[in-house]
Amino acid sequence: MSEFIYLTFDGLSRGLVYAAFALALVLIWRAARIVNFAQGAMAVSAVYVAYSVTNATGSYWLGFAAALLAGLALGVTVERVVMRFVDHSSPLNGVVVALGLVLILQGVLGIVYGNEFLPFSTPFSRDAFEVGGVAMLSRYDLFVIAAVGSVVIALTLLFTRTAIGLRMRAAAFAPDVSRLLGVSVGGMLTLGWALAAAVGSLAGILVVPTELGVHPTAMDVVFVSAFAAAVVGGLDSPIGAVVGGLIVGVLLSYVSGYIDVTVAPMAVLALLVVVLLGRPGGLFSSSKARVA
Amino acid sequence: MSGALLQVEGLTAGYGAAPVLHEVDLTVQPGEIVAVLGANGAGKTTLLRTLSGLVKCTHGRVLLDGDDLAGTKVEHLVRRGIAHVPEGRGVVTELTVDENLRLGGLWRRDRADARVALDEVYDLFPSLAQRRTFAGHQLSGGERQMLALGRALIGRPRLLLLDEPSLGLAPKVTRHIMTLLRDLRARTGLAVLLVEQNVRSALSIADEGVVLALGRVVVRNRASVLRDDADLRHAYLGF
Repeated sequence: MSEFIYLTFDGLSRGLVYAAFALALVLIWRAARIVNFAQGAMAVSAVYVAYSVTNATGSYWLGFAAALLAGLALGVTVERVVMRFVDHSSPLNGVVVALGLVLILQGVLGIVYGNEFLPFSTPFSRDAFEVGGVAMLSRYDLFVIAAVGSVVIALTLLFTRTAIGLRMRAAAFAPDVSRLLGVSVGGMLTLGWALAAAVGSLAGILVVPTELGVHPTAMDVVFVSAFAAAVVGGLDSPIGAVVGGLIVGVLLSYVSGYIDVTVAPMAVLALLVVVLLGRPGGLFSSSKARVA
Repeated sequence: MSGALLQVEGLTAGYGAAPVLHEVDLTVQPGEIVAVLGANGAGKTTLLRTLSGLVKCTHGRVLLDGDDLAGTKVEHLVRRGIAHVPEGRGVVTELTVDENLRLGGLWRRDRADARVALDEVYDLFPSLAQRRTFAGHQLSGGERQMLALGRALIGRPRLLLLDEPSLGLAPKVTRHIMTLLRDLRARTGLAVLLVEQNVRSALSIADEGVVLALGRVVVRNRASVLRDDADLRHAYLGF
């Protein structure tokens, strides 16, 4: 029983990171109808910025802030310099260009920082508290929960309560109509990419210290899990991304804990097959979810 | 032609290499309702889309208050007093009625008047007021048309480009919308460039009629003349 509780909490904590990363994918999908396969490489680039800033200043928090800013800047750059000029008449074009970006970013990072794992420490202890002899959450898990929770709440408020959020949703759903109503659709697209890349960077900086460290390909496995989470939730739904992330996180944790770590990636694929057989659009794909 | 609100001169435009519109000329005076008539594929919708910049023109000019609109971004037209209600109603079906209407006023600096305009639209269309939180896709065709029209009015436009407002609507609803346009013109001096396949209802409220055939203006005359000219109606308008 104590192992079950520990695995559940561990899974939820990791699931929140997948949720944040899936949320980044959903944001771009909603805004631009592109599955951003470069999300992982972009997030790793931001984590390297954090690594450099933290090493130079000795402050984790300056590095943390730098990663988020780098994410924003990278999102703007990728949209303005690359994606804007891609012919989106076929959905594959954007995907292929994104894959090209992955190769470029990982190549450049490898040249600058080397292709080895660099150590990156966490600001809080990762030792789990024990309640009645049962290991539950660590201080770092609480930090992850607070960080991802604030982002989810902030994005929800942005999209449902503000004029900018209304513009972003309208521009994504009906670009021509929105332009006729005075909405700068191009500007909203850039903003969408910037926000998504920043959320992706947050996921990166939260997850990288819990694994082997910073490496140009450090986010590749996370990307696969988060992509599965986004698809399970329904690519259009931010709520779906969060729920999908938690499901994938807990599933991975149970499979790694009770069966074997090496089986975990297969479990994610099995989940994808089961969900897509039952609900091809994902769990939250109804039009009601799109409105919310 | 001084004093014209909208003046279109020799407009040629289309998609790709083959133009859809050929040297179209037309004028809309302040407070005037001009009906653009013609069969399917005559270029009516393309004309409106070119006027608002969604389709690039290859030749010719569009003047608003005498200023050339070339180079004006689509999203800035609404600030110049042009509201375009596109074909197929243009309601953002994923957003609620209230969100659609607020979207129509977001560009306005005068927040207070945007709110007043919003209330006016709800007064004008009580059925929308009862469905504020409904998503666009939950509305009937008539309600969507009212929503699209109401949303355009929130910008207090001087010129309304209205594309097929009667498409797929019951005759009663169409009459309601036509009456409303006439009242608005009388009350606010709104000018309307009205694209319609429903010739009778369009000519019932229009001052001028322009008939397009294969992208060219073939007839321009007073609406009353077009209504009474049987030969012309048979030749171009099919009734």
